[in-house]
Order: sequence, then C-alpha cells, then structure tokens
Amino acid sequence: MWHTVELNVIEFTFLVWAGSLAAGFLGALTGLGGGVVLVPLLTIFFKVDLHYAIGASLVSVIATSSGSAAAYVKEGFSNIRLGMFLEIATTLGALLGAFLTAHIPVNWIAVIFGMMLMYSAYVSRRTRPRTDDTQPPDKLATRLKLNGTFPDTTGVREYNSYRVPAGFSIMFGAGTLSGLLGIGSGALKVVAMDQAMKIPFKVSTTTSNFMIGVTAAASAGVYLSRGYIDPALAMPVMLGVLIGSLLGTRVLVKTKTKNLRLVFSLVIVLLGIQMLWKGLTGTL
Amino acid sequence: MEGADRDAVSEIDRDSGISLAKLQDWFDQRIELVIAQLLRAGVLIAAFVVIAGAVLYLAPHPWGRVDYRTFHGEPEQLRTVDGVLHSAFTGQAMGIMQLGLLVLIATPITRVGFSIVAFAMEGDRMYVAFTMLVLAILLYSLFGSFLIA
Repeated sequence: MWHTVELNVIEFTFLVWAGSLAAGFLGALTGLGGGVVLVPLLTIFFKVDLHYAIGASLVSVIATSSGSAAAYVKEGFSNIRLGMFLEIATTLGALLGAFLTAHIPVNWIAVIFGMMLMYSAYVSRRTRPRTDDTQPPDKLATRLKLNGTFPDTTGVREYNSYRVPAGFSIMFGAGTLSGLLGIGSGALKVVAMDQAMKIPFKVSTTTSNFMIGVTAAASAGVYLSRGYIDPALAMPVMLGVLIGSLLGTRVLVKTKTKNLRLVFSLVIVLLGIQMLWKGLTGTL
Repeated sequence: MEGADRDAVSEIDRDSGISLAKLQDWFDQRIELVIAQLLRAGVLIAAFVVIAGAVLYLAPHPWGRVDYRTFHGEPEQLRTVDGVLHSAFTGQAMGIMQLGLLVLIATPITRVGFSIVAFAMEGDRMYVAFTMLVLAILLYSLFGSFLIA
C-alpha cells in the first residue's frame, strides 16, 4: 500500500499509532483480541519486517493483558491456581516458540500466521455445546487444586476441572504459537480450558486473559536479546493498542457488539488469507 | 489482621461446611485484586517512560525517513537489560523508550513474584513451587536466553 509513498518519522509513527489504536479498540470491543491483526497490519500495510512486527505486537499484548487485569479480577471469574499451573506449560512453550522464530523461514511463519488467524475467526463464530457437570471430580485435578467456584445468578457455583494432561499439552502449544507469532493466542488458551478441561466458558476466558501477559513476557526476553524489539516501532504500537483497548473495554457495556463481531471476524479472515497467500508465494 | 481473618473463616468452614475450593477462591481473589492494581500501575509507569522517550526521539528530526522493510537487528545496547539501563540513563531517546518497554515486560514477572508471596502466606507449598518454576523460566528468558541465542 505504501510502495510509492515515502513516510517521514512523524507520519509513520502517527499512522502506526492510529492503526494500533483501532486494532486495540476493536479487539477489546469484540473480545477477539487486537494482537492478531497487528502483525498483518504492520507487515502488509506498513511493509515492516516480520520479526520487528512480531516484537512490537508481543510488547503490546503484555500492555493490554496487564492493563485490563484489574477489571477481570473484579468480576471474580478467574481461577488463579489453574492459571498459574498452566503457565508452566505456556511459558515453556513461549520459550520454544521464541527460539523457533529465528530458525523458521519468514514465509513459513506467515503461513502459520494465516492459518492461526482463520482458526481464531472460526472459534469465535462457533456455537459451543453445553457441558454437563455430572461427572465425579478428576483425581489429578483435585490433587492439583484446580477445581473452583464462580459467581452465578443463583449465588456461587462450583465446578471441576478434567483431563489435565490434555489441557496442559494444548497450553504448551498455545505458548509456542504465542512465542512464534507474537500474539496472545487467547483463542487456543480458551479451547484448552473450555473444551479439553471442561471448565466453564467465563472462567476460561478470564483466566486466559490473566495468563496472556505472563506467557508473552516469557518470549519477550528472548526477543529483546535477539534484537527484535525496536523501541521506535514498538512505541506507537504499544501506546496505540493500550489506549484503544482501554477505550474498548469502557464502551463494551453500552454497545451491541454482535454485528461488529461479525465484521471484525471477516477482517481477521481476510487478513488470514492475505498472510497465507503472501507466505505461499514468498512475497512477504 | 490476615491471621484473624483466616481463623474467622475456618470457623465458618466448620459450622456451615463451605467447601475448601470456595475458601481458596475467596483468598485468591482478594490477593489478586491488589496484584492487579499493582500491574496497572506498572503499565502506567511504562507508558509514561515510553512517552518521555518518544518526545526526545521525535522532537529533533521529525522529517527524517524510517525503514523497517529489512531486518538489521537492534544494536547491542538495546538488547540486554544492562545495555538498556546504561543507554537510558545517559539520556538517549532509544534507550529511554526501550527502558519503558522493559518496565512493561517486568510487570507480569513482578506479578508472578508477588504470587509466590501470596501462596506462601496461604501455606500452599505446592503452588509456591509451581510459581517459582514459572518465575525461573521468565528470569531465564530475560537474563539467560542470550546463552542459546
């Protein structure tokens, strides 16, 4: 898009800031996360090298996760022990992902990114089957104190966690993707808890948000020492996403987001196709 | 105060048979709320440091050109904690922005550190061990990963 336009420092910084603000705002408003669209935005429209884009995205993921933690904790849904236990898997995965980034060709990363974008959009559109709570508590989950409670319309409801090894493994994969692509991979984290471990959806989403910052911090260290984090690029991205997502969570309660979610999912799918195409044709 | 609270709650526990999971959650939520507010403060400090660096970066030569099309890698002083600290405290714009980003990366790490204290206060040894493992991985990433990279 900017092939023929040469931007100066001020113009570039302002436009990247504005784009990141929009991404953060829509990501928070629709609950789909702004991180997934940042890297395509930077690489496709601003012609930024993929490694710099991933580094900047990773930093902004930490900002949104840490910035909104208080709001999520107040709701009383997140399960701290569950999050901390699974963070062992996500941080180890994130280290692996960050190391892989340096060794996997850029075009492969673009292909994986494209598939991840389409998968995130698919997960957000799917209707979830109701899980039944009739099974007896899982022995391993009980020993690890992963069962918990959450506020319900009728008071406090208890729930059990199941299939810990499956959930732990998926979390390792989510961490690897987070480190490889510089995203929060919230969609996959929710799948690990909600689908594999049979944890209530609301608990899964809030616990996932709580884990995202720690997971991203695990790969950010590796990115920093590799020289992938450029302060002049990460500055407008981080400030834009942070302000955008804070505004997004404010408006969240007041607006009907159903149509917006559909539009934003479509944007994610289109960006996914574009990343996939650029990766396969080697034009990124 | 903490001790008195805990005794009072264990009273309720014996009398009404509230489950252990429920109690555990109640303590967790209270501690987490304090930690979450510390996190938000960390993000705000990081944002202000980044903005200060941005002003120094943009003011002198706003009409220059930028090029992120090809990857060169950051210079040595922006890659390590020591280098960033040195660069920032000698007043370099890039160093100050990078310091802000470093503060940001440090906020979730600090949170994990606080969680160790919180689990220790609850006497939960298993979770003290789990959390220390997570902290070790995070510190390795920040300080030791250049060994492999």
